[in-house]
Amino acid sequence: MRRLGERGISPLPSRNPEEPIISVEGITARFGEETILADVSFQVRRGERFAILGGSGCGKTVLLKHLVGLYRPYAGTVRVMGTNMTEVEEADLIELRKKMGVLFQSGALLGSLTLYENVALPLQAYTDLSPAAIEEIVRMKLALVNLEGYQNHLPEELSGGMKKRAGLARAMALDPEILFFDEPSGGLDPVTAAEMDHLIKSINTGMGTTLVIVTHDLPSIFGVASRVIMLDKGVRGIIAEGDPGTLRETNRDPRVVHFFNRQMAGRDQEER
Amino acid sequence: MDSRTSIPARHNFEVSGPAGEEKTLAISGRISLENLGKFLDDVERVFPRSAPQGLRVDLSGIRYLDSAGALALLNLRERAESQSIPFQFVNTAEEARRILVLLDRPTLHTPPLIAGRRSANLFEQAGESSRALAGDFWAVMEFVGELIRGLGYSLIHPRSVRWNDVLFYMKRAGMDGLPIVSLISFLIGLVIAFMSSLQLKQFGAYLYVASLVAIAIVRELGPLMTGIIVAGRSGSAFAAEIGTMMVNEEVDALRTMGFDPTRFLAVPKVLAAMIVVPILTLYADVFGILGGLLIGVMFLDLTVYSYVDWTLWSITLFDIVASLIKAMIFAALIAGIGCQRGFGVRGGAAAVGSATTSAVVAGIFLIIVVDSIFAVILHYVR
Repeated sequence: MRRLGERGISPLPSRNPEEPIISVEGITARFGEETILADVSFQVRRGERFAILGGSGCGKTVLLKHLVGLYRPYAGTVRVMGTNMTEVEEADLIELRKKMGVLFQSGALLGSLTLYENVALPLQAYTDLSPAAIEEIVRMKLALVNLEGYQNHLPEELSGGMKKRAGLARAMALDPEILFFDEPSGGLDPVTAAEMDHLIKSINTGMGTTLVIVTHDLPSIFGVASRVIMLDKGVRGIIAEGDPGTLRETNRDPRVVHFFNRQMAGRDQEER
Repeated sequence: MDSRTSIPARHNFEVSGPAGEEKTLAISGRISLENLGKFLDDVERVFPRSAPQGLRVDLSGIRYLDSAGALALLNLRERAESQSIPFQFVNTAEEARRILVLLDRPTLHTPPLIAGRRSANLFEQAGESSRALAGDFWAVMEFVGELIRGLGYSLIHPRSVRWNDVLFYMKRAGMDGLPIVSLISFLIGLVIAFMSSLQLKQFGAYLYVASLVAIAIVRELGPLMTGIIVAGRSGSAFAAEIGTMMVNEEVDALRTMGFDPTRFLAVPKVLAAMIVVPILTLYADVFGILGGLLIGVMFLDLTVYSYVDWTLWSITLFDIVASLIKAMIFAALIAGIGCQRGFGVRGGAAAVGSATTSAVVAGIFLIIVVDSIFAVILHYVR
């Protein structure tokens, strides 16, 4: 019997798995004089499929950009994997970002690079793997999002849904612990949207990745999310929190009822 | 399996079983991107040299597996199977099994649908460039036709022109460009006067500095320098603006609303440039002559009166009018090529960049070509 592979890589800091992976405490987002979010607090648990809901202009995307550290809050703190995003140094933020993947609304692929090059980019920059190993991984990631064979295509040669899936392959390149999605099913046909939802869910169940999804698409919410918060433009904060099925059945707040029943605001009073 | 952060990035191998018979490979620890390179090296070392009767890979000790690690395990299985070694994963934890199932798909080795972009050989490149050049010429001609039609329509129906846009671009290309045009012309006038005075000193013909500066600036350098500056400032801006609109489907939106994009976007820009560039050229002429005047008065013992007198004696009204017409044609070329390059954008950000570059390069090239033609024509007309 022989032992191989024992080597002295320093262990990563051990953390309590029960600790929330994202913890937002009283954040206020403000642009100039306009307050978008006021005193918003919530937590995301490890392995959860967490969705941020709300109508257009309620600050969902702004909140997402605060979570990934693109914006810094006017007040309050955002902790991601134990790191305070409001005080973190730029160098540490880069380390943290390697453990997070973001899928932007349009995929945000670099237009001058092929899909292969897009997905390989973080692997080439942040790992010391051989080109052959990187190629294997990129092909696997593309196969995972059902884009096998498309490695030599340029983004402009793909449809909107394919661009999104390729964006997802790139976001997953480093096997992040948290994946953020901005409107993953927005602009997709119902079948493609359902496939996207299935894909997202399979990543969560297969790899245990925590998902944070910004969406207003009802089928996506019920198909994917295990817990949601709902934002509202009027209160500039959270008006409901919980599992989406329960919220729909039990929450009597007219704003929540309208949202889940696709009704126009003020419609039910008129009909009575 | 535990959460990723709590597991150190290392792995262990234990190989057991007598040589030649079924072997068990027990893998434990963590296999992820951080230690994947080492893992692959170690697999190379422990993979049985002489084919065993079977290989059982015991995954009971795996504490964390990411997708790259799972892929490495699947590749291990594939390698064994390619050597006809019966292979089996045993004691697979539920989490590890889930990720292995997620990745285990026959499509993993699908060949690319289109071949990679290889660099073409000399003949292919020459052919491709010629075709592109011909296509480009055709596209420019087509656009020139549309533009002339649009300008003609605007002449007949002046109310159809978006005059607010024209004023906006007049300010952008004209007023905002005035400081740099004035400064550059002033310096050029200064340099011409200084350099020519060194030569004319030998003949005591200082007074001719005034006429040299006046003729050089008014006939050639005034319109030319203004044209080059406007190509750099405004031609590029027009190409980038329309190019970005192409990428964002704004031009398609205009078309579906029944607007002619050339008339809507290009005509105001071209009109604005044609109005404002001759005015800029006049400024350039004045500042160039002022530059010469400064040298004449400060270093050549000329009076302001005699310098201005000689300047007015050397240039004719014909020179000024011809220079303004030339400037107007330059303006149409610069703005036109800027818009045409913008409308030609297909794709994304990189295409906008190359359209902008191309607008400036083609603009300056066309200015010089037309300037040469003017030089010949004016020689015979005068």
